[in-house]
Amino acid sequence: MKRVCFDYQAGSPVDPRVFEAMTPYFGTMFGNPSSTHAFGQEAKNAIEEARMKIASLIGARKKEEIIFTSGATESNNLALIGTAQRNKEKGDGITTSAIEHISILNVCKYLARQGFSVKHVPVDSYGLVDPTSVEKTVSEKTIIISIMYANGEIGTIEPIAEIGKIAHTHGAVFHVDAVAAVGKIPVDVERENIDLLSLSSNDLYGPKGVGALYVREETRIAPIILGGGQERGLRSGTENVPAIIGMGRAAEIAAKEMADESVRLARLTDRLRAGITKEIPYSYLNGHPTARLPNNLSMRFSYIEGESLVLSLDMEGIAVSSGSACSSKTLEPSHVLRAIGLAHEEAHGSLLFSLGRWNTDDDVDQVLSVLPGIVSRLRRMSPLTPKNLQV
Amino acid sequence: MYSEEVMDHFRNPRNVGEIPDADGVGTVGNPVCGDMMTVYIKVKDNRIADIKFKTFGCGAAVATSSMVTELAKGKTLEEAMKITRGDVAEHLGGLPPIKMHCSNLAADALHGAIEDYWKKKGSK
Repeated sequence: MKRVCFDYQAGSPVDPRVFEAMTPYFGTMFGNPSSTHAFGQEAKNAIEEARMKIASLIGARKKEEIIFTSGATESNNLALIGTAQRNKEKGDGITTSAIEHISILNVCKYLARQGFSVKHVPVDSYGLVDPTSVEKTVSEKTIIISIMYANGEIGTIEPIAEIGKIAHTHGAVFHVDAVAAVGKIPVDVERENIDLLSLSSNDLYGPKGVGALYVREETRIAPIILGGGQERGLRSGTENVPAIIGMGRAAEIAAKEMADESVRLARLTDRLRAGITKEIPYSYLNGHPTARLPNNLSMRFSYIEGESLVLSLDMEGIAVSSGSACSSKTLEPSHVLRAIGLAHEEAHGSLLFSLGRWNTDDDVDQVLSVLPGIVSRLRRMSPLTPKNLQV
Repeated sequence: MYSEEVMDHFRNPRNVGEIPDADGVGTVGNPVCGDMMTVYIKVKDNRIADIKFKTFGCGAAVATSSMVTELAKGKTLEEAMKITRGDVAEHLGGLPPIKMHCSNLAADALHGAIEDYWKKKGSK
């Protein structure tokens, strides 16, 4: 059976061109970038080149504004904890949204326990943050506003530039978790008033275990990992050279191919959405109909539960993920689906298709050929299904 | 994640459906928590002559429903009342720990159907 992956957000393969760029750095080019000798310097030059490519992808003025980390979770920790610690004399206010990634929400919980005052702004039924409601939470004691660029579960793209303007009007640092957006849609830290921006390598088809935090030159944050003072003192520890080289190459490919790739992926997700909506009654789009990521499609199906859908599709060789509690470790349905106003049972019946570089029209056809039958089968089994749908 | 037996019962669930003139009906769970099931029984000579179920829920919820109907079919009501959540899980080759509590409600639904039957009979 041909296997189809529509769960690239959970994990992506390393692009073969990225892998090729990385391999020398496992072997002959093994130097430590902090060493003065030739082995060290060739590694140093290579990571600086990678830094440049990443800076260029997000419109940063200087390559030194890119700090390499172990991944987006660390970047989010560094951005929030680093800003809070550095600015605690100035104030204690933190504003974020209800639909952030768990690595933002849990850091905010931690900072609240340390005495910081965290405010979560709600979103509307499309998952949009209203800049006016952000502004209402802000005072002279606000030190950081952290809003994601685009939501990975429902694809909605936030009005980032506008929120950035509000942050700067009030003298707050503006952090953006852009993991789901970078490499999928154009991101520009200058134009969009961003001070700190988290990004991940694997979402760009680079290796796992590496990421970066963009730190605007004028923005002051404290490190959370101390040691030899690598990465402008903001992230000590010998650099993961092969992974950083891979991330740099991945950023270079994304910058070159993003425009074409986003058109291609948007066409595939549109086809998938149209096919599902046409063939399956009581199926609905989650998230914004137009302000959305080209590679993301979140759909919900009334009367059935998401994990059963995931298992059934898996038996047909198709990998997707679900917003269901039964697929999570906490047994709570997705906080994002709850925040856009879905009832528990609607959140339970949601599926996320996250498309990637290697998906084709054939993959979409394969899903459309089996999903209607799977939904009917599960609906026939469900006590919630109205009688007229039980055929 | 799931055992072969669970996947077999999820793929080909036994005794799915409703019994319109059921002698006893038991419903447990609710859609809010993600699992809900209804068990229908037909009783003859104090034995479970026929049994069907409908389930909204995850793979484990479907498989435990299917398994409990297999275990109960043909048993006396007293024997069926002794079937536990643990028995259902054991016959399925075990369940992931996180599913033991939330999605292993099928035995409760069966007991509910039998109690419903007894209640109706008593009131006749």
